[in-house]
Amino acid sequence: MHPAASIIAFTSLSGLGFGLLFWLGIDATPPTGWTAFVFFAIGIGLAGAGLISSTFHLGRPERALKAFTQWQTSWLSREAWCAVAAFAVMGLYALLLIFSEVRVAVLGWLGAWLSVVTVYTTSMIYAQLKTVPRWHHWSTSALFLTLSLAGGALLSGRVSIAMVLLLIAGGLQMWWWRDGDKRLAASGTDLASATGLGGIGAVRSFEPPHTGSNYLLREMVHVVGRKHAQKLRLIALALMMALPVVLLLLPFHHILALAAVLSHVAGVFVARWLFFAEAEHVVGLYYGKR
Amino acid sequence: MTQLPASTDRQLGLVIDLDTCVGCHACVTSCKGWNTENYGAPLSDQEPYGGDPSGTFLNRIHSYEVQPETGPAQLIHFPKSCLHCEDAPCVPVCPTGASYKRSEDGIVLVNESDCIGCGLCAWACPYGARELDQAEGVMKKCTLCVDRIYNENLPEEDRVPACVRTCPAGARHFGDLSDPESAVSQLVAERGGMDLMPEQGARPANKYLPPRPKDSWEGETDVLAPFLTPVAEEPKGFLGWLDRALEKI
Repeated sequence: MHPAASIIAFTSLSGLGFGLLFWLGIDATPPTGWTAFVFFAIGIGLAGAGLISSTFHLGRPERALKAFTQWQTSWLSREAWCAVAAFAVMGLYALLLIFSEVRVAVLGWLGAWLSVVTVYTTSMIYAQLKTVPRWHHWSTSALFLTLSLAGGALLSGRVSIAMVLLLIAGGLQMWWWRDGDKRLAASGTDLASATGLGGIGAVRSFEPPHTGSNYLLREMVHVVGRKHAQKLRLIALALMMALPVVLLLLPFHHILALAAVLSHVAGVFVARWLFFAEAEHVVGLYYGKR
Repeated sequence: MTQLPASTDRQLGLVIDLDTCVGCHACVTSCKGWNTENYGAPLSDQEPYGGDPSGTFLNRIHSYEVQPETGPAQLIHFPKSCLHCEDAPCVPVCPTGASYKRSEDGIVLVNESDCIGCGLCAWACPYGARELDQAEGVMKKCTLCVDRIYNENLPEEDRVPACVRTCPAGARHFGDLSDPESAVSQLVAERGGMDLMPEQGARPANKYLPPRPKDSWEGETDVLAPFLTPVAEEPKGFLGWLDRALEKI
């Protein structure tokens, strides 16, 4: 799949933002006043920036509001609703903490739950697609959720929880890559089933429909980035998991914590780039590609 | 709504004969010609005369080489457009309700004034039947020429999809696949019409008729064969001497 900057930013940033909002929501002793303002501004800002960047992926962004109508069937529509609900509840929770220093626990819990559900709906936009076997697996949602919670814990300064979650997310990410490499073959979809001609013999793409490229190839048959995939996986793991954990193990300092956060975010961006660039859409088979 | 209808009164679709298709691309041209002028936004081209031409097409013809275990390879031309699936995966993913399947005839359509161009339906389609128009920013797909098949301003013989009307080889057939008595259903039954990627579970309406078995090279003797014995089985003269001399070395 084409690794569009807009959707990489959308999934990474909104995952981090909602992760932070989750931890702020369930915190029994949340920050208040100005500190609360900074924390909630970062959480809502990241999540909001992610959602706004997702609209750059649209052909007709001016009609984006219509995406709220089909929540009964569409994960994209459900995501829009959950995100708005999470913003509304967490916004109210934040306002009460900032201006009246009052913590309404129910609001916090509800907002935290909505934040996690929003990340889940984001993951389901991808995990629902049978056409991309690498994504079509429960572990895609698990990966999005653990990464979001790990990043949120890191951002909210929960050092020990963040370390544990970073290690879990890193391990899950490694397994997801290894297992994902086998899923296209395991799906049973190949050029023989795509053309129905496998019964006659070995099928080979002889000639594509056009000499030039097209939307399908640009959007769904992105093969450029796979060359360095193994190296990028190591870089992503080092930045996303290893370096932040090492930095957190060192004696605490705000500069080190900031470095851990930046390293983690950079690692998530690399991993998310690979998430799209490595994903094989079955339509590529018709073009003799994968 | 993007909920799929529980059932459709009819299920219109195409039956494509892979045995007959000659790969001339006439259906591609007629499809683009009709659909760029009629239903919805035109099918735009980008840099059509430049160095990197591309454009929106609702119907594309692939060609595949199939190598049987014995005998010569076969070249099979393979037209592909929207298959108007019964469990169309492109419909429920649509966040705006622009993508829908009609309950009266099973045609899958896009309401272009509701489409936000998110591309999710194209991702959900295993067949590559949907293309986002780069000029208009909305999703385009085969409409089964919904503006021809019911169009009473056209002569009756023209009330079929443009690709079917134009095919010079008669490789494309249009009809109601939910009616077992229809000509297309009979054809599917007779020729073993198949689904593409059945494991994807989309239950496509369009069916493909597999190529008929080819003549074999083995065990066939023409009546004139005895008169066509090879002219020189063994080399003679200088070449014969050279052949024998080289054998001995």
